[in-house]
Amino acid sequence: MSDYSTESGSAASLVGLVETQYAEFDALPLDSGLELAPLKIAYETYGSLNDDRSNAILLLHALSGDAHAAGYHEGDDRPGWWDIMVGPGKAFDTDRYYLVCSNVIGGCRGTTGPASLDPKTGQRYGMRFPVVTVPDMVRAQKMLVDHLGIRRLLAVAGGSMGGMQALEWVTAYPEVVDSCISIATTHRHSPQQIAFNEVGRQAILRDPNWCGGDYYDRTAPDAGLAVARMIGHITYLSDGSMHEKFGRRLRDKEVYGFDFTMDFEVESYLKHQGEVFTQRFDANTYLYITKALDYFDLANGRGTLVEAFREVPPEMRFLVIAFSSDWLYPPYQSKEIVRAIKGNGLDCTYLEIRSDFGHDAFLLEAQQQTHLITHFLEVTAHRRGVGV
Amino acid sequence: MRRPGRELRELLGNPEQSRPAEGLPSRIARDPAGVRYDHHFIVDTIEEGSRVLDLGCGRGVLLRLLVDRKNVRGTGVEISEEKVYEAVGKGLSVYHGDIDEGLSYYPDGMFDYVILSQTLQEARATALVMCEALRVAKHLVVSFPNFGHWRARSQLLLRGRAPVTPALPYEWYETPNIHSLTIADFRLFIANLGMKAERSFYIGRRSPVGFWPNLMAEHGVYVLTRDSVK
Repeated sequence: MSDYSTESGSAASLVGLVETQYAEFDALPLDSGLELAPLKIAYETYGSLNDDRSNAILLLHALSGDAHAAGYHEGDDRPGWWDIMVGPGKAFDTDRYYLVCSNVIGGCRGTTGPASLDPKTGQRYGMRFPVVTVPDMVRAQKMLVDHLGIRRLLAVAGGSMGGMQALEWVTAYPEVVDSCISIATTHRHSPQQIAFNEVGRQAILRDPNWCGGDYYDRTAPDAGLAVARMIGHITYLSDGSMHEKFGRRLRDKEVYGFDFTMDFEVESYLKHQGEVFTQRFDANTYLYITKALDYFDLANGRGTLVEAFREVPPEMRFLVIAFSSDWLYPPYQSKEIVRAIKGNGLDCTYLEIRSDFGHDAFLLEAQQQTHLITHFLEVTAHRRGVGV
Repeated sequence: MRRPGRELRELLGNPEQSRPAEGLPSRIARDPAGVRYDHHFIVDTIEEGSRVLDLGCGRGVLLRLLVDRKNVRGTGVEISEEKVYEAVGKGLSVYHGDIDEGLSYYPDGMFDYVILSQTLQEARATALVMCEALRVAKHLVVSFPNFGHWRARSQLLLRGRAPVTPALPYEWYETPNIHSLTIADFRLFIANLGMKAERSFYIGRRSPVGFWPNLMAEHGVYVLTRDSVK
C-alpha cells in the first residue's frame, strides 16, 4: 500500500475519532502444527450492530495495513487506510452497516506478532515466532468475530492480502458469511509475486542490523526494511502512474549531478517511502507476512480451485474487482477466481476497472468501487432481509 | 490521472463509445408499454424461475426484466465497463469480459437459457459461442439485425452503398458488426450446426411481422435447441 492515498482521497473523514481496541484469547492453533498462546488482537469498529446482529461486515487489510481502516486517531493528521470507502454514505456505509477491522496475527500494529513478548522466555519472539499463514489469520479473525457476538457476517471484504483473506473466509467458514468482496488479489501467489517478496526479505535478512531477528533492544534493520518497501512500492505503482507522477524530473537540480547522490524525483520518492515505512513497521513482521502471502493457495488441501468453492452455499454472493494496470495482481488472476466460482454455479460479479494507478488503485479509485460495492451490498442485505 | 494518449484515442473514437446512446445497438420497435418487441418475446418464452445466462447483456435491461417478471436466476457477460456499472446499478450480477473468451468453465447444463441478444453479429467465434451455449444450456435465444431487410437491400441495389438503416445504424468504418447476416443465412447456419429452431419471431420497423421475414423483418429472434436427429 502506498502512502500517497491521502493525496487523491483526502475528503475529510466522516467517521471521526476512533480508538483501537483489544481482545485477548488463550491460544490459536496454527497450520504449522504449532500454536500461538496467548493471543491479543487489535481491532476497530465503525457504525453500530443492529438488533438482530445481521449487519456486520469484516474488513481485511493488506500487507502493510492495520486495524485502523477509517476515521482518525487522536492527534493524527491522516485517516485510516480505507477511509475513502468507509463512513456515512460511503461504500461501506456506517449508517447501515457495522464494520470490524482487525490487525492480522504476525502483525506489528497491536496484534500479537514477532515483536511481542514470548511468555515462555519473557523475551520478544523475534524469529521464534511461529510461521503463520493466511488461513491462520482468518482463524484468528473468526475467534474475534465470535468474541464480538457476531454470528453472521453480511460480507467479508478486502484488497490484495485482504482479498485473499476474504476468499479464505468463504471457503473456510461458508456457513457464516453472506457475501465476499475480493479486490486486486489472487487465489495463489505466482512465481513473480514470490520473487518480489523474496527480494524484499533478502534485503532485510542481509542487513547487518537484522541479527537473526533479535534487534529489538538495539538498532533495527531499517536499511533492509526500507529497501524492501521500495521494491514493494514499485510493484504497487504502474508504468503509467510513474510517468504521470514523476516523469524524468530531477530533484532539486537543473542538470545531472554526475555522482550517486539523488538525481531523479522518483528516487527521492522511493527513499522517502522507505524511510517513513521503517517508523511504523517491524522488519520481522515483513518477513512473516510476505511468507504467509507466498504460502497462500486457496486450493491447498481442497483439491482444485474449482473444488475449493464446493462447500459454498448457493446463496453466497461474490464481487471480484481487478484493475487494468495492476501488474502485481493482474486481472487474469482475478478471472481465474471468478471462473472457479462460476463453475460452481455461484453468483459472481466481476469487473476490471480501467485505472492507471496499478495495484494501489484499490486504495484510490473511490468512485467506481463505491458504485459497485454499494449496489452489491444493497442486494445482499435485501436478500438477507437485513434491517438497519 | 490518465495515461497520455488515451484522450487522442477517445477523440478518434473507439467503436464502443461512438455507438448511439439510446436504442443500442440498433433501433428496435417497442410495444405500447415501451418494451422492445424482442425483449417482450424473450420474456414470454422463458419459463418462471429459469437459470439464465445473458451473453452481451449491455446495461442489463433484458436481464432485469427477466428477473422482475419471470423471477429468473440470471447472470450476464458484458465487455463494456460503463455498461457493467449500469447493470450492477440495476442489482444484477455481471461478468466483465469478452464472450469470445468462451464458456469452458461452466459445466454442461448449468443453465436453462443462454441469450445472445444483438450480440452474435459482434462475436468473433460465432459457431463456437453458439455450440458452447447449447452445451451449458438447454435453449439458446438469439436475436440479430437482418441484413436482408428490403431497406438494406434497396440501399445496396439502388444506391450502391453499404446499408445504413435504423436497424443497422453504423457507417461501414465504425460498425461493431463484424458479421453481416440475413435470416436466410441464419437458418442455413443453425442447420449446419445441428441445431433447430423451437420458436422464431420477427420484428419490422414498427411491429412484429409474420410473412416474408427475410425481406420484411429488421430483426429476427430465434429460440434454438440441439437437433436430436443430427
